[in-house]
Amino acid sequence: MAIVFDRPHALTEVPFHYCPGCTHGIVHRLVAEVLDELGVEGRTVGVAPVGCAVMNYDYFSCDMVEAPHGRAPAVATGLKRALPENVIFTYQGDGDLAAIGTAETVHAATRGENITVIFINNAIYGMTGGQMAPTSLPGQVTQTTPYGRDVNTAGYPVRVCELLSTLDGVALAQRVAVDCVKNVVTAKKAIKKAFQNQIDGKGFSIVEVLSTCPTNWGLTPAEAMQWLRDNMMPYYPLGVYKDSVKGARIRGEE
Amino acid sequence: MKGNEALAEAAIQAGCRHFFGYPITPQTELAAYMSKRMPKIGGTYLQAESEIAAINMVLGAASAGVRAMTSSSSPGISLKGEGISYIAGSDLPALIINVQRGGPGLGGIQPSQADYWQATKALGHGDFQILVFAPSTVQEMVDLVSDAFDLADTYRMPAMILADGMLGQMMEPVEIRSNEHKKPIEKPWATTGHQNKRVHNVVNSLYLQPKDLERLVRERFARYEVIKQKEQRAEEYLTEDADLVLVAYGASSRVARSAVNKAREQGFKVGLVRPITLWPFPTDVLQKNAKTAKGFLCVEMSMGQMVDDVRLAVNGAVPVDFYGRTGGMIPSPAEILTKMKEILGGAQ
Repeated sequence: MAIVFDRPHALTEVPFHYCPGCTHGIVHRLVAEVLDELGVEGRTVGVAPVGCAVMNYDYFSCDMVEAPHGRAPAVATGLKRALPENVIFTYQGDGDLAAIGTAETVHAATRGENITVIFINNAIYGMTGGQMAPTSLPGQVTQTTPYGRDVNTAGYPVRVCELLSTLDGVALAQRVAVDCVKNVVTAKKAIKKAFQNQIDGKGFSIVEVLSTCPTNWGLTPAEAMQWLRDNMMPYYPLGVYKDSVKGARIRGEE
Repeated sequence: MKGNEALAEAAIQAGCRHFFGYPITPQTELAAYMSKRMPKIGGTYLQAESEIAAINMVLGAASAGVRAMTSSSSPGISLKGEGISYIAGSDLPALIINVQRGGPGLGGIQPSQADYWQATKALGHGDFQILVFAPSTVQEMVDLVSDAFDLADTYRMPAMILADGMLGQMMEPVEIRSNEHKKPIEKPWATTGHQNKRVHNVVNSLYLQPKDLERLVRERFARYEVIKQKEQRAEEYLTEDADLVLVAYGASSRVARSAVNKAREQGFKVGLVRPITLWPFPTDVLQKNAKTAKGFLCVEMSMGQMVDDVRLAVNGAVPVDFYGRTGGMIPSPAEILTKMKEILGGAQ
C-alpha cells in the first residue's frame, strides 16, 4: 500500500511534550517538512530557545544547539560564521525573541545575518506558567497582569515583523498563522522561503507564527484557536512585511 | 609589541579564526588588531551588539568545533558570565581574555587584579570551573594563549587569560611561533551538520532530571581533579632558602620580584612564588614552601582575593600576610619592601 502520510525525516521518533491544542507541534512539522523537501537536514544546525520549545533539540533530527534565553540569534551567528555552507535556524518564542533577546534579534537582523528565524508568538510566557509576554495584548489577563495588561504601566505589545521590516538587513519578514488549512499552507510556503533565502545567501529571514497557548490562556483548544482569530489577528495582521527580491545582503555587490 | 596586540596575534597563530568582541578600555587594541587581521586571513571579526551577544557568538562558533574567542575587561566580563556558564555547562572549549581594570561597577580604567574571585570562583551560576592563566610578561601572554586553546580543547572547557591593563598596554619584544602545524584535537561532538552519516549531535546544558544533572556535574568535577593534578603551574624565584615567600601573579608579581631583589641586596632571605595557573591553583608548590618558609606575603592589586587560596593551601602551617593596592593603584617595590621588613622584624 502506498504511504500517503509519514513522519518527516527531520523529526526524531521522540513524542512531543506539548499541551493539547498548542501549535508548536504543527510548526515543528512544517519546519521538518521544509528541511526534508530542501534536502538540507544533513547540513542544518538548529538553535533551540528557552521556553516551551527548549527541548526541541530532542525533536529535530538535525544537529542542535541549546542557547541561553534570548541569545539564539547570537549563537546562530557564531554557528553561521563558522559554518557558512551550513543551514542555521533558530526557533524562538515571544519572551525569548522579543523581550530578553530583543538586542540579539534586532542586531542579527541589522547585520543581515544569513540565518532563518522561526518566531512563535502566542502572547504569553508558556513554560513558566503564563506571565505577561512582550506580545501580550492590551487588557490581556495573565499571571502577572491579573487585572489585564494596562498599557499605562506595562506598555504596549511589540509588533516584531513591523519593527524588523524597517531594517535593511532583513530579506523576509512575514507573519502567518496555523489556525486553518489555508493558513497552514501559507505558513509552510513562508517557512520554505525563509530557508531558501538562506540557501540563496539573501540574509536574515523571519517567519512569525501566531500561535496558541490553551493551557495558559485558560481555554479549550478550539476556544484558543478562535481567541487567536478574534484577538491576535486584528492586532497582528497576517502578511508579508518585507520581502526583498534581491536579498538584503548581497555581499560584494554593494 | 603591545600586550593586547600580542594576545591577538598569538590567538591567530594558535589557529583561532573567529573573534567576537565589544569595545571596552583597556583591551580595545586587541579587537582593533583582530578587525585588521581577520579579514585578510579568511577569519571572522565581528563587533557584537553587546558582551552578552559576543560570548554567545563564541558559544555558537565553539559548538561548530572551531577555535573561538572573545576579549573584554572587567565590567564586560561580568556580562559574559551567563554565556561562560552555558559554555562550561555544554562542555565547550573557548578562550576568554580579561584585561582587568578597577572595579566594582564602572570602576576605573587603570590596571587591577580585582577579578580573581570572579575568574576562579564565580564567573557564572552553577558548579563549574574554567582554566585561568595569569601571564606576567608580553611573551608569556603569547605563550599562554596557545596553551589555553590546547588545554581548553583537551578538557572541553572554557579557558581565560587573566591579564590586566598594565600588561595589555605595555610593549615588550616577543617571539610568536605559529603552532598551526599541530594536529588539531578531534571534536566528534561538534554540531557541524550530521551529513546523514551519524545521529544528530546536541550541544546542551539542560538536564531536567536531577540524577542526570548530578552525574554530569560529577563527571565534570572528576575531570577537574585530573586537571588539578596535572596542570598546576607556578614559577619559583629564590625560594630555596627564603624565610619569607611572596606570592603574586601577573603585573603585581613584576613589582614583587623587584622588591625581592631589593630585599636580597639588603640581606633579607626572601623569595617569590608566582602562580601561572590561578585555576588550577598551584597548591603543591605552596605546600612545599610552607615546609621551609616561616611565612608568606601575598601581594595583589586588590583588597586581597588570591590570599584566600594561599591560606587554604598553606592551611595554617605558617602565617600568611597580605599587602595590596586597589582601584587602579600599582604597589611600588618600596612599599612591599617596607611590608616585608615589618613581617620579618616581627618574626625575629
